[in-house]
Amino acid sequence: MATTPALRATGYFARAYRRTWRASIMSTFFNPTLYLLAMGVGLGSFVDRNRGPATLGHTTYLHFVAPALAAAAAATTAASESMFPVMGAIKWQKTYLAMLATPLRVVDVMAGHLMWIGVRIATAVASYLIVMAAFGTVTSFQAIAILPVGILTGAAFATPLAAFAATQDTDGAFSLVFRLGVVPLFLFSGVFFTLSQLPAALRYLAYVTPLWNGVALCRPLAAGQVGALGLAGHLAYLLGVTAAGVVAARVTFARRLRV
Amino acid sequence: MSFEVQPGEAFGFLGPNGAGKSSTMRMISCVSPRSAGELSILGMDPDDAGPTIRARLGVVPQEDNLDPELTVRENLYVYGRYFDIPKRTLRDRIEELLRFVQLTERGNDRVEPLSGGMKRRLTIARSLVNEPDVLLLDEPTTGLDPQARHALWDRLYRLKARGVTLVLTTHYMDEAEQLCDRLVVMDGGRIVAEGSPRQLIEEHSTREVVELRFAPGETERMAEKVADLGRRMEVLPDRILLYTTDGDAAVEAVGARRLDPLSILARRSTLEDVFLHLTGRQLVD
Repeated sequence: MATTPALRATGYFARAYRRTWRASIMSTFFNPTLYLLAMGVGLGSFVDRNRGPATLGHTTYLHFVAPALAAAAAATTAASESMFPVMGAIKWQKTYLAMLATPLRVVDVMAGHLMWIGVRIATAVASYLIVMAAFGTVTSFQAIAILPVGILTGAAFATPLAAFAATQDTDGAFSLVFRLGVVPLFLFSGVFFTLSQLPAALRYLAYVTPLWNGVALCRPLAAGQVGALGLAGHLAYLLGVTAAGVVAARVTFARRLRV
Repeated sequence: MSFEVQPGEAFGFLGPNGAGKSSTMRMISCVSPRSAGELSILGMDPDDAGPTIRARLGVVPQEDNLDPELTVRENLYVYGRYFDIPKRTLRDRIEELLRFVQLTERGNDRVEPLSGGMKRRLTIARSLVNEPDVLLLDEPTTGLDPQARHALWDRLYRLKARGVTLVLTTHYMDEAEQLCDRLVVMDGGRIVAEGSPRQLIEEHSTREVVELRFAPGETERMAEKVADLGRRMEVLPDRILLYTTDGDAAVEAVGARRLDPLSILARRSTLEDVFLHLTGRQLVD
């Protein structure tokens, strides 16, 4: 049976990943465990003792922070998988060039790599879910929906960042994106505290970030408190950002590779 | 520029750096859009049929783009999968190709520590994984030692014997003379000459060349005294080149005039003489 061109490109990245998957899988389980221990259990016991449950809507801090961290893991995984590897494939390894000498087209190469990034995001979110279950923070079947929602949250980061990375000649800008973009979002998108704690200006800023929209979906999903209507707005937003990223990536990939 | 390559032919683009060889190759390999004009590959238009054409081409790029982290076999495997070659067929073909480029023993080694010649052979094996009708080679032996170059040429002869059309760029004259049935000389983005190596020498140079060296400072003065001995003369800082139909006669004439050169050598004209005559001795960057 024929494999679609984009999936053939994905096959390359999967093959290349086989060299490092052991170390990589270890850290995808290790990080959630550390975060849930330090933030959920450690900081959580401190918060819960001081009126936490009342402010958090009668839940523990561990239950509050865990699903949001899953969304944040999707975002950070997406950011690190979509910048350096994309530029490296153009500039250093010239992986894309090798692919383009075959029947694959630029759009296949782009879609193939994005799908692989999707796989990496899925792995990160899935391992978060497993660790969350081990910590007893998965209380509803709805929580399984954190996987697709998490992937979508990551995709909203990955597609515009891959589009950006395809325009770069050095990795200089990437650490800037992390320092000025990913890290502030991680800290101020309602992962660790509710947005009502923020001044109004910052709060409205947070509303338009993909991570907050992902958090706003994952948190109620973990508790089984989501109605279809509550989902729609955030999903539409994340889909919109992802789609805009894909459109941008099609342009920047073509501009960079069809020369 | 205008050219046509016949099936089964070995066709070369010869030219200095910046002449437009690689750009032409990228357009033929349906990676770059053509800048203007008409282009037909295997009877198809690259704008409409890029993937279909590329499925029948083998490409050896100027810079290796093997995956250094993967093994020799894995490199062939992932590349073969881009063509959607069924896995079982692909595995058999990989073994065959490894034998062909003499890399069977290194099959499970990572690519990174391999020598330049081995990497080049692997790139050639990789370009053959889809059993192409046309093989495009951009400076296939640049940077290789003589042993590796000859090993590579040998493989290319065999492919030609099997009926594969070869299209290559090079700035090595011996490579062009060895491999090409027909070639074009490019300069500044245009074709300045076309023909078989023999034809080009006949048309653009004389049969023989006499090289004369005199003591430093004497060259200019001596040049005036030998100018009439060749059909054309070139005065370089360290030597004089006389282009002539009969080298031995010119050597004798120099002796008869008692000019006492430090050294004198009569040789046959080469493609290099044609090349330098057509594209000049100026360095182009």
